Amino acid sequence: MSGDAVPGLIAVLAVTVATLAIGTWGLRFSRTTSDFFVASRSVNPRLNASAICGEYLSAASFLGVAGLLLVGGAQMLWYPVGWTAGYLVLLVLVAAPLRRSGAYTLPDFAEARLGSRVVRSACSLLVVGVGWLYLLPQFQGAGLTLESAIGAPRWVGPLIVGSVVLVNVMSGGMRSITFVQAFQYWLKLTALLVPAMVLLVVWVGDGRPAGSGAGDSWSVPVAGGGAIGLYGTYSLMIALFLGTMGLPHVVVRFYTNPDGRAARRTTLVVLALLGLFYLWPPVFAALGRVYGGDLVAKGNADVLVLELPRLMVDGVGGELLTGLVTAGAFAAFLSTASGLAIAVSGVLTQDVTSRFVGERGPAGTPGSIAPAFRLAAVLAVSVPVLVALFATNVGVAQSVGLAFAVAASTFCPLLMLGIWWRGLTDAGALAGLAAGGIGAGGAAVLNVVGVQGSGWVGALILQPAAWSVPVAFATMVLVSLATASRAPLHARRFLVRLHTPEVLEVGG
Amino acid sequence: MSEPRPQRVRVTGPPRYSTGPRNRIGDVHEQTPLGDVFLRSLLKEQLTLAIRVLVLIGLTLGLLPLVFHLWPDLAEIELLGLPVAWVGLGAVVYPFLLLVGWRYVRSVERNERDFADLVAGSEDRES
Repeated sequence: MSGDAVPGLIAVLAVTVATLAIGTWGLRFSRTTSDFFVASRSVNPRLNASAICGEYLSAASFLGVAGLLLVGGAQMLWYPVGWTAGYLVLLVLVAAPLRRSGAYTLPDFAEARLGSRVVRSACSLLVVGVGWLYLLPQFQGAGLTLESAIGAPRWVGPLIVGSVVLVNVMSGGMRSITFVQAFQYWLKLTALLVPAMVLLVVWVGDGRPAGSGAGDSWSVPVAGGGAIGLYGTYSLMIALFLGTMGLPHVVVRFYTNPDGRAARRTTLVVLALLGLFYLWPPVFAALGRVYGGDLVAKGNADVLVLELPRLMVDGVGGELLTGLVTAGAFAAFLSTASGLAIAVSGVLTQDVTSRFVGERGPAGTPGSIAPAFRLAAVLAVSVPVLVALFATNVGVAQSVGLAFAVAASTFCPLLMLGIWWRGLTDAGALAGLAAGGIGAGGAAVLNVVGVQGSGWVGALILQPAAWSVPVAFATMVLVSLATASRAPLHARRFLVRLHTPEVLEVGG
Repeated sequence: MSEPRPQRVRVTGPPRYSTGPRNRIGDVHEQTPLGDVFLRSLLKEQLTLAIRVLVLIGLTLGLLPLVFHLWPDLAEIELLGLPVAWVGLGAVVYPFLLLVGWRYVRSVERNERDFADLVAGSEDRES
């Protein structure tokens, strides 16, 4: 461990110190709450897209995808494809209208559209649920990374990442500095691209040996097992394609665009940047088939990206590459976990802790809500850290997939119907959120606590989206139709605002 | 005696060319039947565009699992020495998604320009 640990340790320290330093430095730029909003509205699409990708590309993308591909083969390509295609769905259905709505969070949108505090609270509850479900694999992944990179016990990673994120969020640092997250994207891309190139060269130098292992199913892009496998693949696609628009930390970023038009352009750049990133995990998986057979046997495929450089390159070169991928993985945990923790704490502050912790200091400054926000941040981070320490490891990408399933079964119908259908009522929204949330959320909880069914029952629990999304849509529409008289009076005016091009905006 | 009145109006009131467009965007905002027609048509066009993209994705990416489920032998086809599914879903899919998105943005912005022209009328000062 001693010799191997040095580059990983340096990389983790460097990324941690840089993140904290820039976070503290960024504090100067976010003196008031409105500073944050005004400054971010002028973010140009390219920078904003890098920031979105920096926050979005989590441990699941950086570590999980390559491991899944190594073990599962081409059927797992749907993860990166779905995570990217989700932005195309977001682009055509919600990007510009969501920006024009002026809502900063999903609960804000729900309240503005439906004029109901109850729906707002339900959305807040779901944001916290989805956020925690998404934070959990980040912390578990951090444990894996530190174990692999420096031989630390598995509980060290969640504690370190949790503390760094907490310090960061409480200082308010990450809040204002879009370019830190943008930087994280380019760091992650470099940390994957450079080692992939070097390893490809090594592979060619070795005489391009062919891989062995998983066998024929490795090149089939649909899960095996007959109809159940087909169901699982389609269910996963539905969750990923529709879930992206409901992720709390993604929605927040769309408000930083100057207008609806820029929101669309940002999404286009995001599509390009994600495509550029996701070209590389398959390279690791393919090389892992040649050089990393042991990892599959040990059931440790999640650390493929971290271990492969050392397996393929000896000496200093291998150590340098290991340091680089470790830095990228750590950046992935920090940026995604910080973004999620901020989104969750923001919602907790607005709807929970500000009721218990009195306001202090002059209104409208961070000081006035600071105690409530700090308490919310502690809650937002400590719950998933504790679960990560004690829950069974579901697998990084699998767990993120469940968060997408919940988002697709709740916020996706709410956003789509809220933006495109005048007839949505508060009762309908509430019923749909409950149906989708209980359905997909219940399945997710069963997975996290380790309940596993067999056959169809198991498949329906493991991949709930294919039934929970239609159930949520149907409930929302039917209950809305049954309670048509409750449709908010301002619905038409609100839709006008969502769909009117900015060139026509007249005053109020 | 009735003559000075019209003159007075012309002298004191600044010319307001913008009344035309304001009235029409006002129509949209104030939920008159005309505004309703405007909004309905824009909503319908934008939604049609969105659905067209979704159907395209459904018929390309969406059918792939079914095709490979029905004809698993297809997976053995190789492109550039790699299995076809890996080439398609590992690389080609990303430029494809970007292209679809780019064409969508072009169409949707054209729709919005047309809508703006329609609502603002054909007054030259707008262009």
